[in-house]
Amino acid sequence: MNSSDHGFNPAFNMAAIKQVFNEAVERVRMPTPMRLRDLIRQIRAARTATEEREVINKECAYIRSTFREEDSAWRCRNVAKLLYIHMLGYPAHFGQLECLKLIASQRFTDKRIGYLGAMLLLDERQDVHLLITNCLKNDLNSSTQFVVGLALCTLGAIASPEMSRDLAAEVERLMKSPNAYIRKKAALCAYRIVLKVPELMEIFLPATRSLLSEKNHGVLITGVTLITEMCEHSPDTLQHFKKIVPNLVRILKNLILAGYSPEHDVSGVSDPFLQVLAVNILGRFLLNNDKNIRYVALNTLLKTVHLDTSAVQRHRTTILECLKDPDVSIRRRALELSFALINSNNVRTMMKELLLFLERSDPEFKAQCSSSIVLAAERYAPNKRWHLDTLLRVLIAAGNYVRDDVVSCTIQLVSDSADQQGYVSAQLWRALEQDTSDRQPLTQVATWCIGEYGDALLYSDVSVGDDPTDIVRVTEDELLDVYQRLLWSPQNTVVTKQYTLLSLTKLSTRFRSNVERIRQMVQQFGSHLHIELQQRGVEFTQLFNSHAHLRPALLERMPPMEVVRRDNGSQQQQVQHSAVNGVLDAADVTTEESAVNSDSNALLVLLGGSDLSSVDAETEQHTAKPPVATPSSTDNQDLLDLLGLDIGGSAPMAMNNINMNNNVHSTNNNNPLLLDPLGSLGSLSSSTQPISGLPSMTPSSDASSLVAYEKNGLRIMFTLERSDMPSTISILMAAYNETSTPMSDFLFQVAVPKTFTLQMMSPSGTIIPPSGSVTQQLRIQNPSKGALRMRMRISYSSGGATIQDQAEMNHFPSEGWQ
Amino acid sequence: MQFMLLFSRQGKLRLQKWYVAHPDKLKKKITRELITTILARKPKMCSFLEWKDVKIVYKRYASLYFCCAIEQDANELLTLEIIHRYVELLDKYFGSVCELDIIFNFEKAYFILDELLLGGEIQETSKKNVLKAIAAQDLLQEVSYGDTPIQL
Repeated sequence: MNSSDHGFNPAFNMAAIKQVFNEAVERVRMPTPMRLRDLIRQIRAARTATEEREVINKECAYIRSTFREEDSAWRCRNVAKLLYIHMLGYPAHFGQLECLKLIASQRFTDKRIGYLGAMLLLDERQDVHLLITNCLKNDLNSSTQFVVGLALCTLGAIASPEMSRDLAAEVERLMKSPNAYIRKKAALCAYRIVLKVPELMEIFLPATRSLLSEKNHGVLITGVTLITEMCEHSPDTLQHFKKIVPNLVRILKNLILAGYSPEHDVSGVSDPFLQVLAVNILGRFLLNNDKNIRYVALNTLLKTVHLDTSAVQRHRTTILECLKDPDVSIRRRALELSFALINSNNVRTMMKELLLFLERSDPEFKAQCSSSIVLAAERYAPNKRWHLDTLLRVLIAAGNYVRDDVVSCTIQLVSDSADQQGYVSAQLWRALEQDTSDRQPLTQVATWCIGEYGDALLYSDVSVGDDPTDIVRVTEDELLDVYQRLLWSPQNTVVTKQYTLLSLTKLSTRFRSNVERIRQMVQQFGSHLHIELQQRGVEFTQLFNSHAHLRPALLERMPPMEVVRRDNGSQQQQVQHSAVNGVLDAADVTTEESAVNSDSNALLVLLGGSDLSSVDAETEQHTAKPPVATPSSTDNQDLLDLLGLDIGGSAPMAMNNINMNNNVHSTNNNNPLLLDPLGSLGSLSSSTQPISGLPSMTPSSDASSLVAYEKNGLRIMFTLERSDMPSTISILMAAYNETSTPMSDFLFQVAVPKTFTLQMMSPSGTIIPPSGSVTQQLRIQNPSKGALRMRMRISYSSGGATIQDQAEMNHFPSEGWQ
Repeated sequence: MQFMLLFSRQGKLRLQKWYVAHPDKLKKKITRELITTILARKPKMCSFLEWKDVKIVYKRYASLYFCCAIEQDANELLTLEIIHRYVELLDKYFGSVCELDIIFNFEKAYFILDELLLGGEIQETSKKNVLKAIAAQDLLQEVSYGDTPIQL
């Protein structure tokens, strides 16, 4: 084969003759630079890192100087050396422009190295795009197929949005080229362009269709890749290409040897008999010694488990066995599959294995695993005692890796199970007696429970476990000794100490004596270095001094926090949490609420016409039954103004209680001391504890989904589910990232008219990976059964830029409410 | 596919091909972390690794590790097949390839990869076609210039 075969014969090209001549002159003038292989040898010969750096720095300095002198004869050698240096991790950005010069050269060696360098040193973020776009445009029109090939390959690698727009027409032309070598590359280039700029899809459609009537495998495979991408982007295109599915199947049949199958396009033909057979074979694969086969089998079982659980259940023991595999990839798959297999029949045995796994697992598993156990326990618990035992074991086994949701879940459950409170407190006391510094969440739950139900431990015999003789009985002094250790141990976090301090204060009303010792312990915190602890120290001390008569009422036991309250809406139920928690728990629970609610208030303003006082009025209504019997509160609004607080939906709750204190006392001793520190409660954000673990929604059969937002590669889908509560609808928001860059700091906010009440659960994450998604559950109560309007605010950062957008969503189906 | 890395048992990077745009600093960080993670895995373990938000598929050939990062929903066995195809191509091209071939001719290794994959997707399933295209381009490098061919 010689060069004229490819129409690349620069001998007849004036520019090339000039280049040859100039370079001949330069070669005489300039010394020959070191060869690439010699440089690599020198670098490899270097014995230390310093020596290597010296060699490289020297060569880099030389390369720079040749670049400055515009030495075009040896440019490609120098750039090649630079690329090697770049791979070793040294900076090479100064070679970017040289690559472009190489690309513009007439010589194929120059072009080849130039394009290689461009692919390695440039990406869509660089600002030399205009230059490279021009070079590419030139070469896409070259008569040499390999020059066109290089240009297409580079375009596919970089494909910035601007480049895609400028060159889409060229690519479309090349997709129709008679040359298969160019067609396949053009098809993949089009795939990359559609990936980056979906709007450009239109122009490729006609050319894409004809790609499938190809004989050439390369063109076929790239064509299918392109079509798959197009179909994923637009439902219309999917409809369009559905017609060709039989075509594809026929091609597949003819080309069984092809290593790729366009299965995505073939609407799934699923034979249940075949499936069960397949699952059984997969089960046998699980015992295979080859780890790759095991991994794939687990992965496939996970995909089939939703279709046919019972077939997969048969392999439960094998799957649980895989939890002990030394390979982390297999353990992770097995864990996910195990959770999918739990049901009310096997929950006891499965949980036993999973808890064992949790105890022994690597830290990276503990957080996820413990949260999943909590969810599964909530769904399938046979009884409360078992549920509580499971939660306690999670708290002990996963230590500090436990997420906050487990803490709130456990507290909620304890509070709701009146007959188990003594037992739980005793168990927790047992745990607390040991060193718990590496189990902060456990300590928090333990102190909370002892603070609430400590009297059971002190003045009655509580049996632990099944043995009635195993009895826990604690004296007040023992308890206080442990608290003293917890409060001053440097290993305990501030949040844990806050829990402990509050618990201690509560204990002062449960104890029969020793109140003075508690007072002293609390008072020590009045001068604590940490501002929040100090504040609590000061506040609580007041409850022992000038406001002592208020203490018993304020520190009463909290009423049970029920998980679901059918007569009330869930919004009220959540509000009630903070209401009963009152001032003293405010920092633990209320501030979180206020953070959330103040956001939605800001959004309410967006809707226009909604004033904050209505929110207050509403919340005031919920707090009509505060735990303390006090004269009814005066106008919240005034007090809020007085304190100059940022108004949050639940800030009034906290205020309401302050208000009570204020009502009782400001008249007679006008003491601002209590008011003042409490006034800044709204700003205690570092101690927030998210309250989650709300009941999981039971999806009803008549779920429907709609697109709420679609822009810049972000698609937000709503799946409406009627919930079992009257006039309440739950919406599962799912945000999909359809770009190829991750979206971080994703924040989704919603406002509804004031006749609705809105509750948002915490999102499943704030980072959406490319082609990944994030979900968030919303609940909307619509007592007036009006038409739902919704305003959304969306913000995220992608590729370094922060994107903020607002949108309205008014086309909800009206029948969702009945 | 998001990227492909070739590195030695000593943890030295031998080839890198990125199909997603990341800042250099992040690329280096990912490379470093991934090399350490993979080198720590035992030979009997499986070739797949869920790492951050991607799936890693890797395979060791003699002293060299071939490692690809793919999206969560991509097919890992297919990726393993691509890696193997690439190794076969290198082997054919260099004639029983070894790590040194790839070190001293890294640009050739890139050229071959670019004929096999484009933008992270497979473009040619025939080994013969890839090698034919590479050979033709090598020849073009030799003869397209009026003067003696430039040695790198």
